[in-house]
Amino acid sequence: MSRIVRNAEATVAIVLAVVWISPLLFAFWAAFHSTSDAINFNLLAPWTLDNFRIAWAGAPWLRYFLNTFILVTIVLAGQFVLTTLAGFAFAQLRFPGKDVVFILVLMQLFILPEVLIVENYAMVSRLGLFDTILGVGMPYMASAFGIFLMRQAFKSVPIELHEAAKIEGCSLLGILWRVYVPLARPTYLAYALVSVSTHWNNFLWPLIVTNSADTRPLTVGLSIFGAPESGVNISVISAATLMTVAPLLIAFLVFQRQFVQAFLRTGIK
Amino acid sequence: MAKGINIERRRQAIYGWLLLFPAGVLLSLFAFYPTIATFWASLFSRGTRRRPSEFLGTENYAALFNDPTFWTVVQNNLLYAAVTVPVSIGIALAMALWANSKIPARGFVRTAYFTPTVLPMIAAANLWLFFYTPGLGVLDQIGGLFGLESVNWLGRPETALWAIIIVTIWKEAGFFMIFYLAALQTIPEDLREAADIEGASRWTYTRRIVLPLLMPTTLFIMVNAMINSVKLIDHLFILTKGGPNDASKLILYYIWEMAFAFFDAPSAAAMTVLILLVLCIVASIQFFLIDRRTHYQ
Repeated sequence: MSRIVRNAEATVAIVLAVVWISPLLFAFWAAFHSTSDAINFNLLAPWTLDNFRIAWAGAPWLRYFLNTFILVTIVLAGQFVLTTLAGFAFAQLRFPGKDVVFILVLMQLFILPEVLIVENYAMVSRLGLFDTILGVGMPYMASAFGIFLMRQAFKSVPIELHEAAKIEGCSLLGILWRVYVPLARPTYLAYALVSVSTHWNNFLWPLIVTNSADTRPLTVGLSIFGAPESGVNISVISAATLMTVAPLLIAFLVFQRQFVQAFLRTGIK
Repeated sequence: MAKGINIERRRQAIYGWLLLFPAGVLLSLFAFYPTIATFWASLFSRGTRRRPSEFLGTENYAALFNDPTFWTVVQNNLLYAAVTVPVSIGIALAMALWANSKIPARGFVRTAYFTPTVLPMIAAANLWLFFYTPGLGVLDQIGGLFGLESVNWLGRPETALWAIIIVTIWKEAGFFMIFYLAALQTIPEDLREAADIEGASRWTYTRRIVLPLLMPTTLFIMVNAMINSVKLIDHLFILTKGGPNDASKLILYYIWEMAFAFFDAPSAAAMTVLILLVLCIVASIQFFLIDRRTHYQ
């Protein structure tokens, strides 16, 4: 009896898994077939790369890829510097007012940047950063979440190492750089994976702040390319979609374990 | 000696504030100041070239409460939250229990569940477009096999929001699954053996032992899911644009539309303040409910 239940359960689990990736499978199928073959599910139809050719010619994808790449790089670089400094201050230094400031930072966890689009847009324009990649990335650099994460990582570093480095004559920043940063490497890796995949996929804010092909990231480019007004068919949209998700998807499939670990490490507070 | 301690203390204070300074500046520019400015802007009228903006007090809020679209959008968002939060948590739990049990092709199953998490919402929307397109889409073709009529899933007010909800659940469930997976792996094996010896069925074991132990994780996921029900709106831009007749419009999308399509910044500000209030409530749930529970352990 219990074996039947168990088999039934395994079947349901596998069926659900197939259902779950079916949108991706259908897109894959459509991208490599002509539109009429794709929607008729003509299983013997010839495979073709035409959709990719049409999609590639339809928008400055190389530029979009470059923009997204620059965006995730500067966001990550900014986050590393700012959250390391602030996280260290919260974890290892004692000074008056620290707790109040820390609560203020925690509050930002719930003030989503997405919600403040109107005023952040005004701020970015005021700073002269409208339609720049820096303007897209800047609101995310001082991430409260990252500061919290780094604080936790630095708190777990044994104080003996700190004392030893101090006796050796290391300055405070030297200790941070030589002792804390190397020991927090797994946290940095985890944070990097989460940050890159978040900002690779971000849409609403870049949509608002960018206004030209020179700054637009992939997600915004894809939404313009796939808009019904542009009149491209489903096979070409599928091809473009696969193109834009390919780098992250392939990276995920290769480094799956690290990805999942990263999401777990950064998610469990 | 006392002097040395004093100097050390002052040094720490100076270093502390210096280290916080860069992050503090950016947080002020892009979180604290905008929050206050939003609240302030919600109290003034829209300034035009001829008429400068003037203080209105709560009039923008009153206008918002008289706007039927606002209530439609609030209702939509409540339904969106009321469905996506429990359903994606339920599916995530089932996925985690399966991905943690001894089933064939476990690696494939886990990967399949998690994959939507790494896709951009915009790409996900494009993938689902292929399912929903009337006549040609996968759903209609499957329906056609059973002799069902073609349905314009995204174009009908009765189904548009549900189509949006399904995409959100699809995107979220695999993400929440991994938190459950992590929690499941911390449950000691002895408990299962003890349950076996006592002759408890697997169902009893799951219901009486596993689910209570997963409670803190569930609350943590719930807070995340509630935040997501405000935040996850990217697919609206591709699938429905809030239509037809606002039937699938959600609050954040409406804020975007108010501010950047209708250029009505004060109304957008008033709505933003209301969302921030809701997020405050979610934050207090997190602090008072969840933190207490984890301390309790």
